[in-house]
Amino acid sequence: MANSTEFDSLSTESATVVAQPSALARVRANVSVRIGSSVLLALVLVALLAPWLGTVDPTLFDPASRDLLPGGQGEITTLEGDSIKHTFLMGSDGYGRDIYSRVVYGTRVSLIVGVCTALVALAFGIALGLCAGTLRRLDGPLMRVMDGVMAIPAILIAIALVAIWRGSLPTVVIAIAIPEIPRVTRLVRSLVLTIREEPYVEAAISLGTPTWKIMLRHILPNTVAPLVVQGTFICASGILVEAILSFLGVGLPPDIATWGNVMAEGRAQFNEFPHNIFFPGIFLAVTVLAVNMLGDGLRDSLDPKMAKRV
Amino acid sequence: MTEAVSRSAPILEVRDLTIALPHGSDRATAVQKVSFSVSRGEILCLVGESGSGKSVIAQGVMGLLPKSLPVTGGQVLLHGEDITHAPLSRLRELRATRMSMIFQEPMTALNPVMRCGAQIDEVLREHTKLKPAERRAKILATIREVSLPEPERIFASYPHQLSGGQRQRIVIAMALILDPALVIADEPTTALDVTTQAKILRLIRDLQRRHGSGVLFITHDFGVVAEIADRVAVLRLGDLVELGPRDEVLKQPRHDYTKMLIHAVPNLTPVHRTPNNDGPVVLATKGLAKTYTDGSWFGPRREVHAAADVNLVLRRGQTLGIVGESGSGKSTVARCVVRLIDPSAGRIEIDGEDIATLPAARLRPLRRRVQIVFQDPYRSLNPRRRVGDAIIEGPLNYGLSRADAVERARGLMALVRMDASALERYPHQFSGGQRQRICIARALAMEPELLIADEAVSALDVSVQAQVLELLEEIRGRLDLAMLFITHDLRVAAQICDHVAVMSKGRVVEYGSAAQVFGDPQHEYTRALFDAAPGRGFDFSKAA
Repeated sequence: MANSTEFDSLSTESATVVAQPSALARVRANVSVRIGSSVLLALVLVALLAPWLGTVDPTLFDPASRDLLPGGQGEITTLEGDSIKHTFLMGSDGYGRDIYSRVVYGTRVSLIVGVCTALVALAFGIALGLCAGTLRRLDGPLMRVMDGVMAIPAILIAIALVAIWRGSLPTVVIAIAIPEIPRVTRLVRSLVLTIREEPYVEAAISLGTPTWKIMLRHILPNTVAPLVVQGTFICASGILVEAILSFLGVGLPPDIATWGNVMAEGRAQFNEFPHNIFFPGIFLAVTVLAVNMLGDGLRDSLDPKMAKRV
Repeated sequence: MTEAVSRSAPILEVRDLTIALPHGSDRATAVQKVSFSVSRGEILCLVGESGSGKSVIAQGVMGLLPKSLPVTGGQVLLHGEDITHAPLSRLRELRATRMSMIFQEPMTALNPVMRCGAQIDEVLREHTKLKPAERRAKILATIREVSLPEPERIFASYPHQLSGGQRQRIVIAMALILDPALVIADEPTTALDVTTQAKILRLIRDLQRRHGSGVLFITHDFGVVAEIADRVAVLRLGDLVELGPRDEVLKQPRHDYTKMLIHAVPNLTPVHRTPNNDGPVVLATKGLAKTYTDGSWFGPRREVHAAADVNLVLRRGQTLGIVGESGSGKSTVARCVVRLIDPSAGRIEIDGEDIATLPAARLRPLRRRVQIVFQDPYRSLNPRRRVGDAIIEGPLNYGLSRADAVERARGLMALVRMDASALERYPHQFSGGQRQRICIARALAMEPELLIADEAVSALDVSVQAQVLELLEEIRGRLDLAMLFITHDLRVAAQICDHVAVMSKGRVVEYGSAAQVFGDPQHEYTRALFDAAPGRGFDFSKAA
């Protein structure tokens, strides 16, 4: 056996041949992540700075300025009754509302709905998934209920819930989040079942760590990466579903400017004034694409299996 | 090796081969300026620890390198033809016909949804113009040649229906069916049990003799080298440090690194020691059993006896080894003692108190007395928690103040010969051996009476293994611990155990002092196990 001088020479140990850059460095270097997050950052700025981007109150209208083409000049009446001159960058709709202002303010709604949906779905999904993964007795019944929820088309659940509660931002968020919960629950449960078998969890058991601490300290932190990825996809689908609900007239009330509402109102005049649908549609597509790119990039850079593919 | 063979032209010649590593790696090249040759009828062993670049060389010869590891210099000549930068179409022609590869993991080397016969058939369809009946006859003949029973049944079997050794034989059959001049075997027996390993090694040797092919055999195990090599090439961090005939390299190694590696190989003869038989009994199992029932609602219940009637006694200051192959139940016993799984029957007495059936709440005060170190150093530490947090977790659970726990952790880092600054770092910043030291420190932080090492050195390189073994031995002595040492490796057991229990199929077949079990094995299985130990004829400690 080795003599004691060799003890100190840990230099004989070589770790892995290819040094693995840290997860954060990989995320930063990923092109999809960079593009997706830049676009999203721009959209967040648009949403935050909406009042200062040459917009007017999105609810204002003026019958004299109906159906203007993009770039058209017209007037708009403020709440106080004053008539002011305004350039309609994206044209106006059948009531004489400024589509540009409505689309820019709609960014707020879409981003809030997307992020809140993801957070609500993740919060419930994590809680239920942890229960299912840890408490064996709950596992069966809980997962069967989740299977049941998954069997109903997501849009139908959302429509039904909005119909019961009437459309408002929290209702719409919850209505969109509920169909997503089973998917998160399944993911968390499977992650818990895998991580529970890891030697470091067994080591914690033999160190006398109480089960709830093992959950919070050892299992939950190691589910973060896949959950972040899942969260971005829920966010993207939340934005889409909100637009669909609004378009169908079962989402947020028509006086709130959302992309879906703008498109719904433009639907009747689509042949003559396609810009009513075109501009909010572009914003919607770009937003969903950016969120999905971010998610794809995160998955590629956080998934150890993909990362090992040198 | 005969004179005629050594003089014949080499099948494979590797000249000054240099393969680059991607940017940001811990060195610039995977291998640098490596030269060697493999002649007809010769087995050349490439030996090295993890990260030495031995598998990269094999991939380079086969043209299987990923794009991120380009060949930046040198040549690979197969029968004099430079194939270093040969186009894929040419490589495809050469693979299986002139050179072929045997992989480490027979389960993943075979397609799980294809029958074995069809998988071998694929090679023939691709490279020959034989008719189906001829192909079938040839496949059956090859299956017979690799000594598989019932060739017809094997032909129609899926990989999962075969044992690990049988699967590896199928992989070998696939590699040899077209009689290639060069066979590259990349750790072909590492995933196998020792008795299976011995058989596969013999098979490779026999086939190689019969076909006269050249074999490039990659391994980390000097026992295997002693068993199979004609010549040996030793790699260290991408440098070929020594190349020569087997006996010369093993008996009179010239390079310091080779010397260090060979000296680190544990000896099969047990270290003479006089165990203290007067200490109090720390652990006693009486009729311990663990049975898994595969109960379906209908049909018969299937019972698997993972462990049955295990009776062991371990006193303070002693090391008891449980030796066995995979599936022998050795880890089941360890996990029952830590109560990670619940035993089905029998008693587990810790200091005389039966803990076999204690409920979780009453078990908790006892947990601190028994601690365990696991096999896989990469999965034993939570990647998201600092080393320090991992070590103080246990003491904090039992009410020690944070300051005292940190103080204890610092002391333990010194004990396991690591710097106290390691406490502030994350596990991924450490190598396998260092992580295993951290795991030992974490276990010792509980001040246990019984330390269980479940294959704790099996995943480590041989030089690191020697260091960790010495550390465990030292700690056991200094803290007067009782140690339960689970291993499949007889050499390791011989070095560290006072008593040895040999397990097979869930039962202890032989139990006695190390000197007794190693010196005069009584049970047939124990003898088979010793006979299968690779390189048993070689005394590595006598190398000059």
